[in-house]
Amino acid sequence: MPAPKQLAQHEDLVTGGHRACAGCLPMTAMRQLLLAAGQDTVVGCATGCVEVVTTIYPYTAWKTPFIHNAFENSAATISGAEAAYTSLRKQGKIDKKINFIAMGGDGGTYDIGLQSLSGAMERGHNMLYICYDNQAYMNTGIQRSGGTPKGTATSTTPAGKVIQGKTQFPKPLTEILIAHDIPFVAQATPGYPKDFTDKVEKALAIDGPAFINVLAPCPRGWRYPPEQSMEYARLAVNTCFWPLFEVEYGVFKVNRKPKEKLPVSKWFEGQGRFRHLFKEANKGIIDEVQADVDRKWAWLLKREELTQA
Amino acid sequence: MARRLTLTGNDAAAEAMRQIDPDVVTCFPITPQTELMHKFADFVADGEVKAEMVLVESEHSAMSAAVGAASAGARVMTATSANGLALMWEIVYIAASNRLPIVMPVVNRALSGPINIHCDHSDTMGCRDTGWIQLYSENAQEVYDNVLQAIRIAENPDVLLPVMVTFDGFIISHTVEVLDALEDKEASDWVGEYKAMYTLLDTEKPATFGPLDLQDYYFEHKRQQIEGMSNATEVIKSVGKAYEKLSGRAYGMTERYMTDDADYVVVALGSTCGTAKVVVDEMRAEGKRVGLLKIRSFRPFPHAEIVAGLASAKAIGVLDRSVSFGAPGGPVHKEILAALSGTGHQTSIVNYLYGLGGRDISLDHIRSVFEELETVAGKTIAPNEVRFIGLRG
Repeated sequence: MPAPKQLAQHEDLVTGGHRACAGCLPMTAMRQLLLAAGQDTVVGCATGCVEVVTTIYPYTAWKTPFIHNAFENSAATISGAEAAYTSLRKQGKIDKKINFIAMGGDGGTYDIGLQSLSGAMERGHNMLYICYDNQAYMNTGIQRSGGTPKGTATSTTPAGKVIQGKTQFPKPLTEILIAHDIPFVAQATPGYPKDFTDKVEKALAIDGPAFINVLAPCPRGWRYPPEQSMEYARLAVNTCFWPLFEVEYGVFKVNRKPKEKLPVSKWFEGQGRFRHLFKEANKGIIDEVQADVDRKWAWLLKREELTQA
Repeated sequence: MARRLTLTGNDAAAEAMRQIDPDVVTCFPITPQTELMHKFADFVADGEVKAEMVLVESEHSAMSAAVGAASAGARVMTATSANGLALMWEIVYIAASNRLPIVMPVVNRALSGPINIHCDHSDTMGCRDTGWIQLYSENAQEVYDNVLQAIRIAENPDVLLPVMVTFDGFIISHTVEVLDALEDKEASDWVGEYKAMYTLLDTEKPATFGPLDLQDYYFEHKRQQIEGMSNATEVIKSVGKAYEKLSGRAYGMTERYMTDDADYVVVALGSTCGTAKVVVDEMRAEGKRVGLLKIRSFRPFPHAEIVAGLASAKAIGVLDRSVSFGAPGGPVHKEILAALSGTGHQTSIVNYLYGLGGRDISLDHIRSVFEELETVAGKTIAPNEVRFIGLRG
């Protein structure tokens, strides 16, 4: 697995000049992803920020083949491309090794694209699915998704006089993918580039389906200054809200165990979407999220212990 | 050398698919299309075809995977019916807009609700404006022939549009008929090798498929698509001629059955045309000047052939097997009115709605249509004066 210094020598396969906002970590994730995956990669992306900012006709930011089909079918689309490759390869019409990567945001993955993703994973296509999770429908104007944390103020779950942001916990998407019993499932974030790119390389080397859920902060939706994106990505990890871990053929490995496990309020602080939670009356919501994080972190460590031989 | 086979409509489509041997076939089960895919799955399981079969979790994914595979340069087929077609509608439109020459047999079935598994044309008429070419088939022979021709039509560089080959659920799909098929070598030479202009798999010349296309280019791309559909008319005709040379069976945009001197003409699509031909034969034997104008290609719509086929008609009965709610008549009726508009042809046109949800249409029904046409000739019929065939109460 090359070090970030070596990876930085690779050609950048996502050009500059695209229309993403300053501080957009989904786009940082794309660059890291392709530095690891390389030129011989077919990328598919669901409708969403990444697709919109990179492919405004007649321009494209992609130096690899790229396909956008619709919102809910990135996994099905790439499974078709992979089937075409398998067929043409069997017929001797193509020889080289090609990586297949499908992507979607949290809306396109946790919600509208979940069926398509589940089907593609079950069928066992040799593909990697990347969810770039910025925890709301940012492209359409910051509406809540199944991946939005409890308590978050969004356009459709505002902090009002009666209701204080999203009332539900997020859907445990990574767990759902682990339950598919596919060869490789992981969580990552561009805040820890080597961890992410190592996982991409591992996932692409495996014969079969793989999934990486990538937490990718969004300054517009999370409401913090754009230069703080990396910091918020790392805080999510160091509060154990977003543990970095991988499950390879059922064996859990926690990639980063923070020396000091920070309280989740440290990650909330400074994000406009959580501002209302710091009112005295809403303290209970932070406590609930903290309890949820603690329970899941303990269960993750336990599973690592149980599955590491 | 023709091979004489005894097959259902579904098996006839599967037989054509076996001979075409596409690179990728995507599929999700829905009645009455299921047996088509069962048959094709047998061919895959027995190693008779090289196709990669992607057995997806919904029709939406069937069309989505078809788009992915076709964008990767594969020759791709799928098949569906009714609600399956409705579920894939979003991607049906995208497949045509991305100019992907996918071929899809659609076994016509009534759309829910209420849920019903039998034939009408609400499914394919519901997506007549998606940009797909639509070929309607009268019997198992035409199913087989249309599927083989569809490949050549779709992949023609002047067209590059997907094609639906439609046939009536159960009436054709599950009825055993005798048909003539090409030899395998003839069929594979006929379809030839498919070479896509751009593919996802060409990583050395990477291209972006399905980009965001805004106010400054979307309209021009739609204009090009209109052009492709317009070109399809000549291509369908020339492919039909070439296929006639190969098989001895002629195909055009329409079939004019005894219309040249006909006073009374019925216009229909699909299996009903077979029923109507029997009635035309009977009534011709009685000395009545009746005829049938069968529409094979509904998209592109054959305006010129329609006008020519109806030239002598004093009264025309247009048979619609689907409803266009709130419109004056059914989808076929509206097209006939539009085709004759401005031609100066004075004729009485009656719209008949029939066969919804698989309601049977008999020889007597068609005869009664011709008899009614005799009484309306010369009269002005309001476009919204729709009559119902075989409706109780």
